[in-house]
Amino acid sequence: MLGTLIKRKEESKPSSSTGLWKLAMRRLKADRIAMISLFVVLCYFVVLVLSMTGLVASNWNKEVAESYAPPTFMGAPQEAAKKVETTAAQALPENPVDPLKDVIAELNAEIAAGKGESSAIDYYGVVDPLAEDMKAIDQQLGGHLLDQQSELKQTLPFGADKWGQDVLQKTIKGAETSIIVGVVAALLAVVIGTILGAISGYFGGWVDDILNWFYNIFTSIPYLLLVLAIAAVLQQKGIMSIVLILGLTGWTGVYRLIRAEYMKHTSREYVLAAKAIGVSHFRRIFVHIFPNVSHIALVQISILVVAFIKSEVILSFLGFGVPVGVVSWGSMLNEAQSELILGKWWQLIAASVAMAILVTAFSMFTDALRDALDPKIK
Amino acid sequence: MLAYIIRRIWQMIPTMLGVVLLIFFLFNWVGGDPAYILAGKMSNPEQIENIRQQLGVDQPYYVQLWIFIKQILTFDYGLSWSTGESVSDIILTRLGPSLTILIPLTILQTIISIGLALAVASVRGSLTDRMIMMLCTIGMSISILVYIIVFQYVFAYQLSWFPVQGWSDNFGENLFKYALLPILIMLVVSIAPTLRLYRSFVLDEVNQDYVRTARAKGVGESRILGVHVLRNASIPIITDVMSSLPALLIGAFLIERFFGIPGIGREVIIAVERSDFPVIKAITVYVAAATMIFNLLADLIYKIVDPRVQLK
Repeated sequence: MLGTLIKRKEESKPSSSTGLWKLAMRRLKADRIAMISLFVVLCYFVVLVLSMTGLVASNWNKEVAESYAPPTFMGAPQEAAKKVETTAAQALPENPVDPLKDVIAELNAEIAAGKGESSAIDYYGVVDPLAEDMKAIDQQLGGHLLDQQSELKQTLPFGADKWGQDVLQKTIKGAETSIIVGVVAALLAVVIGTILGAISGYFGGWVDDILNWFYNIFTSIPYLLLVLAIAAVLQQKGIMSIVLILGLTGWTGVYRLIRAEYMKHTSREYVLAAKAIGVSHFRRIFVHIFPNVSHIALVQISILVVAFIKSEVILSFLGFGVPVGVVSWGSMLNEAQSELILGKWWQLIAASVAMAILVTAFSMFTDALRDALDPKIK
Repeated sequence: MLAYIIRRIWQMIPTMLGVVLLIFFLFNWVGGDPAYILAGKMSNPEQIENIRQQLGVDQPYYVQLWIFIKQILTFDYGLSWSTGESVSDIILTRLGPSLTILIPLTILQTIISIGLALAVASVRGSLTDRMIMMLCTIGMSISILVYIIVFQYVFAYQLSWFPVQGWSDNFGENLFKYALLPILIMLVVSIAPTLRLYRSFVLDEVNQDYVRTARAKGVGESRILGVHVLRNASIPIITDVMSSLPALLIGAFLIERFFGIPGIGREVIIAVERSDFPVIKAITVYVAAATMIFNLLADLIYKIVDPRVQLK
């Protein structure tokens, strides 16, 4: 009995909007890849909420480890390696134009004679001239200063960057920035696109002409160029600015799709019936027609989140995105670019893998969602 | 045909005017007073007043707009704010390097993507097909920045197969030495999305009646895909190639920046970094015009590919 009821309901699906949603939910649940992707995306959002409330990654900008501390599985840098660096430093070539060449020669001689304070010879092979002062200050402070330095960890789960910041915490904090920018900008773009598309498709005539003119203007300038042009003009940097840039430029695709749907629906019987009983334009647009096209808006949000996360990373990489003091996957990649030459690959891997997993899961979920919500596929 | 082209160009005018207004609104209104950017931090009121007069920004907005329109019509955008070079010269000299990358890239990308799309479509629905599509999704999820950083590090820095960066005055040396790795990276980045798109174009055609008819006549499967289906799928492919060309000019900015190629894209980045408004304005106007012209060209090519298309 129940089975036949469900079946009968299914047959009449495309005509009722709740049916479409229920059917889509059922299709999504049956799709294993979609459910795994959704789970991954939800995990990111859980981390996002935890990071926003300060439960995790609150120390991302603190110096918690030594500069470039490697990931834990690689182990702490060997003492031998440090010695090699010191010997390499001894063999500093004599540069005839170097104004410090006499000093370096003297230092090298001192090192060779074993007189120098070997512990104070740092990476560059130069004696730390402040070592004595630091010791004195440290004694006055009751040993706190050097204690703090010795507390720095040798390794971290995902390694550390140049300033000894935890790459794992930075990646989480970067996820927070990138996801918030992506989601808010996508919502903004879809709201703008939907409202303009609805008005344009519903009213037609000169309203449609004007909005189409806007659409043509925005699409004849390549997206990235428009984004960069607005980034050039907006003087203050901030998360709000990127959201505005992406949202104000990304609405065109939504507009085109929603407009086409509204053109179709405006002449349908249910809208004409609503008109006959005196329903206002506003109610017809947003209460009567919108539920029937909302699945398109939903899929567009999903598509745009992915696109905007990618754009934000590029903008922040170039320095047109998040301001200094805010970490994003883009700014991490920017640091990682110069670190890679030094052989410090962990920040690059952390940021790019974190982003690739999120974007892959999100895109696969979007594909599944689009298929599930497509009324043509039964 | 000629009447059609003239009408289309006539229809471009309002859009172009809109683009001009949008750029004007952005740079002359939202962008604030350019005199402060130009004068820099150490400025006094007289200097600023002087610069304002030179630029004409002390004039009312309609006069400024007229100055801008005159600049567009005479192809003379004045001097760059940061280098003092003529903006037109900057654009002309940057176009060559950009095209040296873009033309081989577009040709290779189109040929490889069409070939792969037909191959994948011939095994549609199979495990291979699904695996390739999944690989494409994963490949598209990795930031283009990561591809560039890793490829440049591995192939140029570590293995020294290619120069790390650089550009010369010799076209042949540029194309066969400096442009190789950039083109390779752009190919890797662009093939995944293009393959997905072209595969869907091909799949839209394979269930059509004419395919069934051809099969019933005994036409071989490879001929059906390579001749019958490809001709019909080529219309959306042409649209895609033509409409993405002007955007590629800017889209190659990351590769140009990493490899030190003095192209249009890198020029945009430099101009944005230095708030060099005349350069950005000029490039935006030209690229928007190019986009419209390429859309028109795409429509004209349809007519050649598909005689059924009526140009209205």
